[in-house]
Amino acid sequence: MNIRVDPDKCQGHARCYGLLPELFDIDDYGLSTVIGDGTVPPELEERARLAIANCPEYAIDETS
Amino acid sequence: MPRTAPVTRWDTDFDVLDPEYISNPFEIWDELRQGCPIAHTDRRGSNWLPTRYADVTAIAHDIEHFSSLEVGVIPFDGEPTEEQDRVLPYGLPPISADPPLHTWTRRLLLPWFSHRRVEGYEELTRELCRSAIAGFDAGGRADAAEEYAQQIPVRVIAQVLGVPIELADTFTGWVRDVLEFADDEERRFRGMEGLIKYFLVELEERKKNPGTDLLSELLHTEVDGALVEESLVLGVAALVLIAGIDTTWSAIGSSLWHLATHPEDRKRLAEEPEIWPLAIEELLRAYSPVTMGRLVTSDVEFAGCPMKEGDHVLLNFPAANRDPETFEDAEEVILDRAHNRHVAFGSGIHRCAGSNLARMELRVALEEWMKAIPEFRIAEGEEVTWAGGQVRGPRRLPVVFP
Ligand code: HEM
Ligand code: SF4
Repeated sequence: MNIRVDPDKCQGHARCYGLLPELFDIDDYGLSTVIGDGTVPPELEERARLAIANCPEYAIDETS
Repeated sequence: MPRTAPVTRWDTDFDVLDPEYISNPFEIWDELRQGCPIAHTDRRGSNWLPTRYADVTAIAHDIEHFSSLEVGVIPFDGEPTEEQDRVLPYGLPPISADPPLHTWTRRLLLPWFSHRRVEGYEELTRELCRSAIAGFDAGGRADAAEEYAQQIPVRVIAQVLGVPIELADTFTGWVRDVLEFADDEERRFRGMEGLIKYFLVELEERKKNPGTDLLSELLHTEVDGALVEESLVLGVAALVLIAGIDTTWSAIGSSLWHLATHPEDRKRLAEEPEIWPLAIEELLRAYSPVTMGRLVTSDVEFAGCPMKEGDHVLLNFPAANRDPETFEDAEEVILDRAHNRHVAFGSGIHRCAGSNLARMELRVALEEWMKAIPEFRIAEGEEVTWAGGQVRGPRRLPVVFP
């Protein structure tokens, strides 16, 4: 599973970070990025899907 | 005493200050969503009230047609005075601004409320909660709104702004005048005047003796080679106080009301502490406190409604969060709800700049309460009262506990 945060959509609600701090980093301005190259380790896949389903801006995409 | 004429039709003559709307708006929204999902009223000007998630978020994202130059839910009657124009020419940015002013004033503020900064306020918040509880009269009763919820956020914000915590009651009074009594021109004006005069003195002081607080830093910040205008710093300071207090205390109060009236949820939190983070989001969804206004910039037809330039639209985030099209069993509070794209903190470019702080305060305030007072209920024969309009939450919440 691969995911990315669309920087044009992300508004910094920080729900992704709240659910999965191991995978998301948020800068001082609220912009979220996926840590590493976007690959989700298998043990985090379920929570990554939750992060996608909780982002109020539909900013997180599963790319593959 | 109701401050409004009775409402008989919610679709064509709604009033967000109606006592029924304030104390129990949920069924009104459900009915509107089924028959007339965007209600209208001519009370206090021409106003529209969307109730569906899709409409509320679409309007929040359409900044071209829906401007933030007027965000009050109770529009300000009459023209701003010369004095106001001189002192606050930009209103309270970033909340009252559109891009480009919005963009850079928001960036000034965001780092102060990043989740890293916010961690630094957690210990203070915890102490404030504990000392409020320690101050309850013996005998197992307290007003969870006035003696608890209301006491916490104002003191945290005072710390961020670098103003004395001892003035908490004064700040609370001004903010209530501005938000809760916005339909009373005199009170609204008095509150705003109090805030402005106070901060003008504080700014002078910081020009001479800068500290490390938000006000001092903003006064000494350069943007594109020039110091930020003082009237902008004043607007930002007033905004942080106005946006950071009533909102969060209302969320804490509503959540405590829920827990006081739902013993099964108290039990669940005690037995499954791992659901706390989801529970916080669910309580924010179900009892979202904040509704915001927008000004229609040019005639536009939205979802079949003929909106005219100069009309107001109320971004009804609380109703959006109860929309069954978006949330399964929307009317039920499900503490571990897994899919919860709530918009309690707004949607789009104005997403609450203080949301990290608000979330931390809500979590800590509920954790500390539940640790100290795991069992409690509404005191029999006593009345719970609610405030509403821009911000909805309990104002009196008398509870008893063993
Ligand atoms: C549970 C508590 C809170 C709720 C529900 C809440 C809700 C909101 C909402 C819905 C907006 C969007 C406004 C719009 O779209 O026009 C907003 C904006 C804002 N809030 Fe909060 N808020 C809360 C607490 C706070 C706190 C603690 C602060 C402290 C600094 C704060 C500061 C702000 C600011 C500065 C904005 C303007 C952001 C912008 O326009 O870019 N809020 N808030
Ligand atoms: S939840 Fe969505 S909008 Fe919020 S920070 Fe994460 S990606 Fe951005």
